[in-house]
Amino acid sequence: MNSLFPSIASRSQSSGLMNFFVPIISIVLTLITGSIIFVLLGFDPVYALYTFFISPISSTYGISELFVKATPLALIAIGLSYCFKNNIYNIGAEGQLTMGAIFGGGIGILFHDTNAFWLLPLMIFAGAIGGALWGLIPAILKTKFNTNEILTSLMLVYVALFILDYLVVGPWKDPFGYSFPKSRPFSESGRMPLLFDGLRVHFGLIITLFLIFISWFIFSKTIFGFQLKVSGYSPKAARYAGFNQTTLVFFAFAICGAFAGIAGLAEVSGPIGLLYRDISPNYGFTAIIVAFLGRLHPIGIIFASLVIALTYLGAEDAQLFLQIPSAVGFIFQGLVLFYLLGAELLINYKLTYKKLL
Amino acid sequence: MNLDLILGILQIVLIATTPLVFAGIGELVTEKSGVLNLGVEGMMLVGAVSAFIILVITGSYFLAFFVSILSGIIMSGLFAFLVLFLMSNQIATGLALTIFGIGLSSMLGKQYIGTPIDGLSPWFFVIFSFLIVFLVSYFFYKTKAGLILRAVGESHNSAHALGYSVIKIRFLSIIFGGSMCALAGSYISICYAPMWQEGMTAGRGWIALALVVFATWKPERVLIGAYIFGGVTILQMNLQALGLRFPGQFFSMAPYVATIIVLVLISSNKLRIKLSAPASLTIPFYKGR
Repeated sequence: MNSLFPSIASRSQSSGLMNFFVPIISIVLTLITGSIIFVLLGFDPVYALYTFFISPISSTYGISELFVKATPLALIAIGLSYCFKNNIYNIGAEGQLTMGAIFGGGIGILFHDTNAFWLLPLMIFAGAIGGALWGLIPAILKTKFNTNEILTSLMLVYVALFILDYLVVGPWKDPFGYSFPKSRPFSESGRMPLLFDGLRVHFGLIITLFLIFISWFIFSKTIFGFQLKVSGYSPKAARYAGFNQTTLVFFAFAICGAFAGIAGLAEVSGPIGLLYRDISPNYGFTAIIVAFLGRLHPIGIIFASLVIALTYLGAEDAQLFLQIPSAVGFIFQGLVLFYLLGAELLINYKLTYKKLL
Repeated sequence: MNLDLILGILQIVLIATTPLVFAGIGELVTEKSGVLNLGVEGMMLVGAVSAFIILVITGSYFLAFFVSILSGIIMSGLFAFLVLFLMSNQIATGLALTIFGIGLSSMLGKQYIGTPIDGLSPWFFVIFSFLIVFLVSYFFYKTKAGLILRAVGESHNSAHALGYSVIKIRFLSIIFGGSMCALAGSYISICYAPMWQEGMTAGRGWIALALVVFATWKPERVLIGAYIFGGVTILQMNLQALGLRFPGQFFSMAPYVATIIVLVLISSNKLRIKLSAPASLTIPFYKGR
């Protein structure tokens, strides 16, 4: 006879099959839980789920908006996977995004009356530098002083947000802005080119896809990617193999910061066009969900970014048509991460039934 | 400056700092048992909104705080289930809890935005916040149970080998942390504000997390740190009210910068970090290993 309740045993290797199914299981469970919540709130669950997940993308404009939202999420998430693969908990991507927007946006404000082909590339470059520098702070503290990166990267988010706040109400405030807390608009050549007329999807998408491709190449075809993976699985093995952990930490943080910085710059020079307080609806934190949901794999991250982007769009539609506050999207994001983390048990452990007799 | 003004400012500082003390001491107990819960902000928001809703519906302050603490227990129980029984990653689970809590509180509280209530006098809670810090300190350093809790946070394998239930002790510590965070939230929505507004805890949850590090995991220092952080905030508001043109953002970021500096100071010295941070913090416990 077997015992009624399973006990868990660790797997020697994580299950590839489960790696694929767990994200799908967690999305399905999230949808089920979501419909229960809608029923409790007195909505027809079919209509509510339709409003949330189908109607936002049933037009060309909607699909374009989906890509607008997915662009920063995917870009930050692929950056985060450089850190997460190596078990570095950089949870400060929101701050690195903000710093990228400040550096790149600063160039945009400086040249607000210049129209030149070099302006946007310079802004993108500055955005990457800003994000990378902000990401390097926890990296330096971790390697030099052995300081845990979780809390330092998190604290730096708020420091960056207050710096942005200071800039847009202070020195960078639009002199013609009727004292609203926002900067001058960037010049036309400081904006991300639109991919299609009348749609907001912009060149940032191309940059993102390019960087995802490069990252795929780095992860699967280069020694650096191999070193990241090995030192994530087993730091001891990595040390024995002579990998330089300090260099790995520096590169992981710098790349992640640069990607987040570019994402931030792409937001302000794309849909927004200037600097103000709320440039990001938590993209830096939500991208952590995207990275987990996509299992740190480039293709997975692309799909995951679309799914999570849909929760943003659905939330906006839910506010319009169901009069539910748009923050309800966060419920879905939280739920999907809960289920994902819970179900991760199935990847790394297996359930066994002990023999009682 | 006259005495009245000083007393007035002191009063405001006491009232404004109390939620930081509650959330900070709750998170401290959780972290002492070896678990990092980044869900403080989410639990505070859900605590705040549930207290407010119950107060509007029933008119009973007791029920409001009771249900609020219950909400904190449920939220942190969910977290505990995931990290203790399903051994999920504590960092990601905590972030999920905060994201979930932001969404849940906004949805629940939507129709209560702008509803007027009679605020409760904060003084009972101000006194209680001092009391709870000393109780926790007494518990940690003068009782056997406190010693066991700290042992679980330092080395869960040794504690397990001695026959203590690591999971049970961590579960209780997480629940305590959750109820304290909910209490902090309900204090904000019922005594401090008193009103409900989306995201009204305004980042205090993150400050509470910073506070625990700043206090190097010592209960009394949570109190000191909270009053430094709270005092700086009030000082900044008053300076701005006086028309001093000083960018308040630099005051607002001070707690975060101070926390980074403290983190660096304690971690640069191997011996010192051993004396402060619980050694098993964020490491999941798995019996079969």
